[in-house]
Amino acid sequence: MNKISVDIQNISKSYKDVKALKDISLQINQGELFGLIGPDGAGKTSLIRILTTLLIPDSGIATVEGYDVVKDYKEIRKITGYMAGRFSLYQDLTVEENMNFYATVFGTTIEENYDLVKDIYSHIEPFKKRRAGKLSGGMKQKLALSCALIHRPDILILDEPTTGVDAVSRKEFWEMLMRLKDHSITILVSTPYMDEAELCDRVALIQDGIILSVDTPGNITGNYEGKLLAVRAEDLYQLKKDLAGYEHTLSVYLFGQNLHLTMMEKNSEKDLRSYLKTKGHGELRIDQINPNIEDCFLDLMAGKERNP
Amino acid sequence: MNKETAVIRVRDLVKKFGKFTANDKLCFDVYEGEIFGFLGANGAGKTTALRILCGLSLPTSGEISVAGLDLYSNRERIKKRIGYMSQKFSLYEDLKVYENIRLYAGIYGLSRKEIKQRTDELLETLELEAVRNKRIAELPLGWRQKLAFSVAIIHRPRIVFLDEPTGGVDPITRRQFWDMIYQASRDGITVFVTTHYMDEAEYCDRVCIMEAGRIDAIGTPTELMEEYKAENMDEVFIRIAR
Repeated sequence: MNKISVDIQNISKSYKDVKALKDISLQINQGELFGLIGPDGAGKTSLIRILTTLLIPDSGIATVEGYDVVKDYKEIRKITGYMAGRFSLYQDLTVEENMNFYATVFGTTIEENYDLVKDIYSHIEPFKKRRAGKLSGGMKQKLALSCALIHRPDILILDEPTTGVDAVSRKEFWEMLMRLKDHSITILVSTPYMDEAELCDRVALIQDGIILSVDTPGNITGNYEGKLLAVRAEDLYQLKKDLAGYEHTLSVYLFGQNLHLTMMEKNSEKDLRSYLKTKGHGELRIDQINPNIEDCFLDLMAGKERNP
Repeated sequence: MNKETAVIRVRDLVKKFGKFTANDKLCFDVYEGEIFGFLGANGAGKTTALRILCGLSLPTSGEISVAGLDLYSNRERIKKRIGYMSQKFSLYEDLKVYENIRLYAGIYGLSRKEIKQRTDELLETLELEAVRNKRIAELPLGWRQKLAFSVAIIHRPRIVFLDEPTGGVDPITRRQFWDMIYQASRDGITVFVTTHYMDEAEYCDRVCIMEAGRIDAIGTPTELMEEYKAENMDEVFIRIAR
């Protein structure tokens, strides 16, 4: 039986008329790399701010390592490493000064926990006399992560650490997170990038303050109902229009150079092919494919719109 | 897309900040009606080049023309012929939907009659008539981004520059946004777009990948995938940037 690190029970939060979180329940196990996946405005930051004791929920109960997020906020702050969405370091302090500051606040030193941050901090250590404000985006990110880890937290909470970061830096950042798992730290990370879901142990897909699904990435894609086709042709834009107008189409979405198509049952690819031939599409290709997380997210979103 | 007409022509563009060379001899053309993806790692020099093409910053050297005008002598005229939208800022949150449209249309010198007509058209196309009198702050992000794009092309510019227009937007809206980009391109507007979503790079007619101030690769997504023996643009990008 897994030990629970974060337990969220029926949490709701509103800002005036806007319901940011609607009766959310969720458990995160110790040592798990857990992803909170959803677009801007889904409620990711509200939930993270509640768990980091920076925001009080309207209703519901949440605990982190057994501590209540409202009553025991002081305890939670000691055991949590938090990296906020926006760059949270002191721009006018040097790299080393930032590290020392965070270490001192938590009553520790860089030396004491060097082994934990070494893998990440060693990349920026050559620049330790440089002001944080003068670092490149990727280096700022590494410094922020090092600072969040310097007191050896039980749980690391990262709010959109990769937003606006290029594809290569994103990959590097995730490689660092994966290696941190060896230190058995629980990691909660939020992201709007669907492809990052596949790097997590488990994920919650969140949209409009509601959790659409919680599971391992493999189970989420495995539970996708229906058959998914990748369709491509010379003129993708026209193809999309024609597929949207096809009577058997359930959904059609752009995915890179392909369209991902689902159709109502009992319709063969043969019919589809001849329909598209009559529309004059050249270089037509139709393949059955396995869905990815984004396909599932789109499907769950569309399902919610059909039966709200 | 009309390959005969280059609406952006860049030759040996250099931009230095002190000793640092942000753009190092960039050369490229962007054709009329083309969707041109401008990619690169953070700090590769994309924003610097984008600001120059929009007339917001002067290059150190190089020959550049935008919308048929020489950049050095026509920066103000160029601004009238282009549209611009970014993820970070586009619309005034404290103004209502129709006030934002009126403001931008007014800045671009549209007449009252044109403003009224295009506002009505735009709100009808976006199905936003019901929120005409709402403040931008009250709209979901996805709606705002679609509105911001429509506003950026309200004066029918020859080129629209989009700086990470879909960051953080939900997957359905992201695709609706690309439908709008395709439509604009079909209407003859050239689209110059930056993005960190590599699937979006595949929606472009051509992409250009910058690395450390230089252009490392330029071509159609298919050409680049063949050249780098990659399955998709994500792999191309990683091979170039690493």
